[in-house]
Amino acid sequence: MKRRDFLRVTLAVGAAASLPVLRPHRASANKAAAWPAEGFDAETLTDAMKKTIGKSDVPLSPKVKLNVPKTAENGAVVPVTVEVDSPMTAADYIETLYLYVDKNPRPLASEFHFTPASGKAYVQQRLKMGGTSNVRAVAKTNKGQLMAAAREVRITISGCG
Amino acid sequence: MAQNIGNPLISMPASAKKGEVVEVHCLIMHPMTTGLHRNEQGKLVAGNTPAHFVKTVDVTFNDKPVMTADWGIAVSTNPFLAFTMRAEQSGTLKIVWEDNKGGIWSVKSKLTVV
Repeated sequence: MKRRDFLRVTLAVGAAASLPVLRPHRASANKAAAWPAEGFDAETLTDAMKKTIGKSDVPLSPKVKLNVPKTAENGAVVPVTVEVDSPMTAADYIETLYLYVDKNPRPLASEFHFTPASGKAYVQQRLKMGGTSNVRAVAKTNKGQLMAAAREVRITISGCG
Repeated sequence: MAQNIGNPLISMPASAKKGEVVEVHCLIMHPMTTGLHRNEQGKLVAGNTPAHFVKTVDVTFNDKPVMTADWGIAVSTNPFLAFTMRAEQSGTLKIVWEDNKGGIWSVKSKLTVV
């Protein structure tokens, strides 16, 4: 099966899954945003960042606290914890947090859309990493300000087979 | 053979003081397959099997948005997630997971705010 067929299957499944009569209303924090397919399809970090935040160069900030192990035995389950310093009030909050694994075949891993009701811009999840690479967290405030942190994780066993 | 899929779990305090930020842990069983495999050159390429993964996680409290997550193929199998919520009033937290094949699962938890 070639990429064309893979995309046809994926798009057909995606289209079927989005029929309004079959899906309950999604009370999304960001109603305007659909699942970021272009970002998830990007095959380089630069492309993934451009397709999600519009640029590939974001200043590092100590406000973005990214916690990952220095070495992960099993690249299939790498724990990632992020907390971004922010008042999380309606006037000033972290709207979106983007997680990338720089060298993964599809670098965009996940996006989190917060609201002031989140209390903290905090998440913890586990990611698959294909090999030693930076994990990169980019936070975007409700005013559009971007800030980032990146940490290398050394992988012994690839999480991608 | 039936796949072990769904069966979401949630762990969060049953009560909190008003204004307190509570931490929520949740877990769902899901294969989270990437749809990628290694070709003869060792490169990861799409092909043989389609990806099957949770695409969105929607968190609401008393039906108001708290947090929404968009996930791709890099999220691990049986995905665990921790996040927070500010406790303002008593009510029900609801988490809904949707995957790329139309699979939908949800779980609720009540919170009493004192």
